[in-house]
Amino acid sequence: MKEREFKILENRPLAKDVYLMKMDGDCSAIQRPGQFVEVEIPGKYLRRPISVCDVEGDQLTLIYKVLGQGTELLSYKEEGEYLSLLTGLGNGYDLRKVPDHPVLCGGGVGVPPLYYLCKKLVQEKKHPYVALGFRTKEDVFFEEEFRALSVPINITTEDGSYGAKGFVTSILGQHDYALCCGPEPMLKAVYQGVKDGQFSFEERMGCGFGACMGCSRKMKTGMKRICKDGPVFSYDEIVW
Amino acid sequence: MVDLRTKLSSLDLDNPLIPASGCYGFGQDFAPLYDLNILGSISFKGTTVEPREGNALPRIAECPMGMLNSVGLQNPGVKVVVEEELPALKKIFHKPLVANISGFSFDEFSILAEEMDKVENVGLLEVNISCPNVHNGGMAFGTDAKNVAEVCKRVKEKTKKPVYMKLSPNVTDITEMAKAAEAAGADGISLINTLLGMRIDIKRRRPVLANKVGGYSGPGVFPIALRMVYQVRKAVQIPIIGMGGIASAEDVIEMMMAGASAVEIGAENLVHPYICRDILENLPILCEELGISSLQEIIGIID
Repeated sequence: MKEREFKILENRPLAKDVYLMKMDGDCSAIQRPGQFVEVEIPGKYLRRPISVCDVEGDQLTLIYKVLGQGTELLSYKEEGEYLSLLTGLGNGYDLRKVPDHPVLCGGGVGVPPLYYLCKKLVQEKKHPYVALGFRTKEDVFFEEEFRALSVPINITTEDGSYGAKGFVTSILGQHDYALCCGPEPMLKAVYQGVKDGQFSFEERMGCGFGACMGCSRKMKTGMKRICKDGPVFSYDEIVW
Repeated sequence: MVDLRTKLSSLDLDNPLIPASGCYGFGQDFAPLYDLNILGSISFKGTTVEPREGNALPRIAECPMGMLNSVGLQNPGVKVVVEEELPALKKIFHKPLVANISGFSFDEFSILAEEMDKVENVGLLEVNISCPNVHNGGMAFGTDAKNVAEVCKRVKEKTKKPVYMKLSPNVTDITEMAKAAEAAGADGISLINTLLGMRIDIKRRRPVLANKVGGYSGPGVFPIALRMVYQVRKAVQIPIIGMGGIASAEDVIEMMMAGASAVEIGAENLVHPYICRDILENLPILCEELGISSLQEIIGIID
């Protein structure tokens, strides 16, 4: 973990209530896709945990959804302003365990960390299949970016207003190993449709680095801190 | 050179800074950030007789100038704490510790006191009778003067180490509890624990916390904590560990002027993980600016 100042390069809307923020700063503590950062938001006490969407050298990309007052304040931040970040938090996905043909399942703001993951997998000559689920057409984002990685991609919306109607789980029949990030009901549905995989959980956090026990969840081997022991847990560890 | 040394009963501290229980685990999450040995001591995660999984999620909520938590004393239980966590902490922190203990009956406090008394690197017992997040225990002991006295006696019977009673601010008159603890033989008072609070998610029409209510901490509680430390200082003769929303070297000086012999830093560690190191860097500089050559000069100087 590192505490560093980051300069905002870009902060723009991407879909309904969803923003993309590019920042410049020391990203050296970010070692794996699936890790997250804690962003200090002036005017709020707790930092906000946001997953890493991409890292290129000193350039960090975050995608966040405005869900409350904290993320709303974040959406008003402008190019050139600075924010304090705790970087390199959480365990991230373990790429060594990933087979050649995994399916990447993302739901809503669970999609961003899968982009960095997908990029890494492609670099390692693996063949990920990407399944992204959104509520409706105006929530959809990052389709082009995934397509630019030359991976097969399937988009579903719950109301059928874009892509196929339904849920990401509709394509699971052909896949055994899932790398997943999204709301817990989605994680559970994907879990039940595959034989193995890695699942990234989200939860309200206090610190983001293991000190407060604010986000502990029961797993097979006992209580685990989503922020430090996770957010990514392997198929074998999870209890629903 | 400013003299930062202070004393809690028989325990000598290099400086008054102690990370507060519940915000610092067993030190392991902070060890990669800075040398823990710069600290005066560490009050480790509240320990109970049996292992506890804690409360349902969510356990955390944002508040103006602070946060709510309803962690509910999640800890591995005294056996694992004594056999695994404390030996591991001893390898990275070489000074006596503050053992924060919490029981659900008078007998459990006796057991915990007995166990902690045997641990060589425990220098002081901080008896938590003020956790707002557990039922049939915790705060129930700290809001009744008779219970405060009884818990204190039970703990004192089992240990020769200094016993500090950690008081709840969720009472009408904090001095009544402090006096009861002093009369029962307490060596010191530790205050304040969190203030019972609540938040509601107006979109979902339900409390943010699964436990519905939780403990409020952070800079917003500082003036309340300061006032209570001041009142207790006027009411009892025994030393005080002051805590509640401390976030800067200035806050430390203020808390000591109100009557604290040492201070604990809680919530601020969660949002600024380097805060204890930063306060320790700033404290001597601030003391020089204020013409303080020794912290002992300022403890409880406010009339």
